[in-house]
Amino acid sequence: MSEFTHDVLVYGPGFLSAAWTVLWLTLVTIGVSWIFGLAAALGQRSDMRAVRSVAAFYVWFIRGTPALIQIFIIYFGMPQVGVRLSPYTAGVLALAINSGAYVTEIIRSGLSAIPAGQTESSLALGFSPRETMRTVILPQVFRIILPSITNEALSTLKNTSLLSTITVVELTLYAQTLISATFRPFDFYIAVAVIYLVLTTILTQLAAFFERRYARLY
Amino acid sequence: MTQDAPPPLLKLRDIRKSFGTLDVLKGIDLEVAPGEVVSIIGASGSGKSTFLRSINAIEPADKGRMEFEGWDFDFDRDSRFFPTDRQLQALRSRIGMVFQSYNLWPHKTVLQNVIHAPMGVLGQSRTEATEVADALLDRIGLYDKRDASPLRLSGGQQQRVAIARALAMKPRLMLFDEVTSALDPELVNEVLQLMASLADEGMTMLLVTHEMSFARDVSSRVLFFDQGEIGEEGPPSKVLRAPESPRLQQFLHSILHDDLRTSTAKKGLIQ
Ligand SMILES: Nc1ncnc2c1ncn2[C@@H]1O[C@H](COP(=O)(O)OP(=O)(O)OP(=O)(O)O)[C@@H](O)[C@H]1O
Ligand SMILES: [Mg+2]
Repeated sequence: MSEFTHDVLVYGPGFLSAAWTVLWLTLVTIGVSWIFGLAAALGQRSDMRAVRSVAAFYVWFIRGTPALIQIFIIYFGMPQVGVRLSPYTAGVLALAINSGAYVTEIIRSGLSAIPAGQTESSLALGFSPRETMRTVILPQVFRIILPSITNEALSTLKNTSLLSTITVVELTLYAQTLISATFRPFDFYIAVAVIYLVLTTILTQLAAFFERRYARLY
Repeated sequence: MTQDAPPPLLKLRDIRKSFGTLDVLKGIDLEVAPGEVVSIIGASGSGKSTFLRSINAIEPADKGRMEFEGWDFDFDRDSRFFPTDRQLQALRSRIGMVFQSYNLWPHKTVLQNVIHAPMGVLGQSRTEATEVADALLDRIGLYDKRDASPLRLSGGQQQRVAIARALAMKPRLMLFDEVTSALDPELVNEVLQLMASLADEGMTMLLVTHEMSFARDVSSRVLFFDQGEIGEEGPPSKVLRAPESPRLQQFLHSILHDDLRTSTAKKGLIQ
């Protein structure tokens, strides 16, 4: 048995389960970040000044501070004020809050690219502003922002490695435990990089598929 | 008015609208009888678009009353007759509006553009809405384009689809805001013909236009908008042929001048 086959058999299952953790953490985070991003982007256009201010503060704060510090505030900081979250919950929440701020800016630029006439023709037919947003504006926005939202999703995927610092057993932390037992940092960090490449490639292909589907529609 | 004249379909009283310190509508009164075709002419910035937009209330007036199909609204915010959001939506669904820039939805097919509001606003089933839409698309000669993207159509075709989209709601009143201004000259007629056929069928229409011959031939009445007021109104034979006020005379003169200029320019191109 070659050393490589041996390694795959011994460490493969562990890497696979860590990769799985990364994948679902990423997907859940992306979903939540879109909700945050959409809420804040719509908040920025609200009639109410207070809502606009909250949305603006959110984007300003998140984009102006390191993701790692945001993760630490939520995982290590919140217990001090009585909110204790599991590493996984804290991790998803922190990454989603972080990514949501960038998604806000992406959606904002998408919204501003849609001519006012699109909204007006829908309102003029009797649709409510909410229905207009849902059925006329957002589908068009989604198509425009697909490339940038894909980039943001890739960032989220790679940012999950930051969660190794709060004991989430994802790829990086798993590799670190192996390295401290085997002293083979080169092998295992390369393995982590390769697995990330596989994951990012899958995600990119998925986005390309959606983009093609939309292109056909137009 | 004769005794058996039908009650007006639309009644507007003292419609006012300002943007900041700019008074754009300075108290417009208007009654439109069922089946009437009213053309609105006037210089750029005289408030024509603002007026149409206040009628279907995508930008409600600041003041004034409006009677339409049993509604009686007062656009003064403090009035208890100020329309609720739901009433405004219902009002808009009963008034068709067609814009200069068509505003078709590019993420939907031609057919989907036409059935979207009947399904989403009126609650029609897909079968029901599609039946109506197909008949309309057939009428405007674009049935074979029903599954195409609107972006693949010519401007004239897009504008006809926009009209069909409004008609699918079975509106009682149609508003047209310079619907041929963005079109290449050779595409203008197909849209005007469709509008003329609607007028023939008795559709009540209010249209802002620079097409003087269309205003003359199709409308029963012409309004001259002058700095947010109706400067002059009457049958086209009077307003367009025998204008009274110097300002209308001047306006018609400048329009005529433009027409001459463009037709000379066209001749130049042909030679
Ligand atoms: N949303 C708005 N905010 C501020 N000013 C506006 C707004 N809409 C219109 N105006 C102003 O109101 C005036 C009347 O505009 P309106 O579009 O009604 O004119 P119009 O008669 O339709 O002109 P045109 O022939 O150029 O279409 C213009 O001075 C315009 O700048
Ligand atoms: Mg206008």
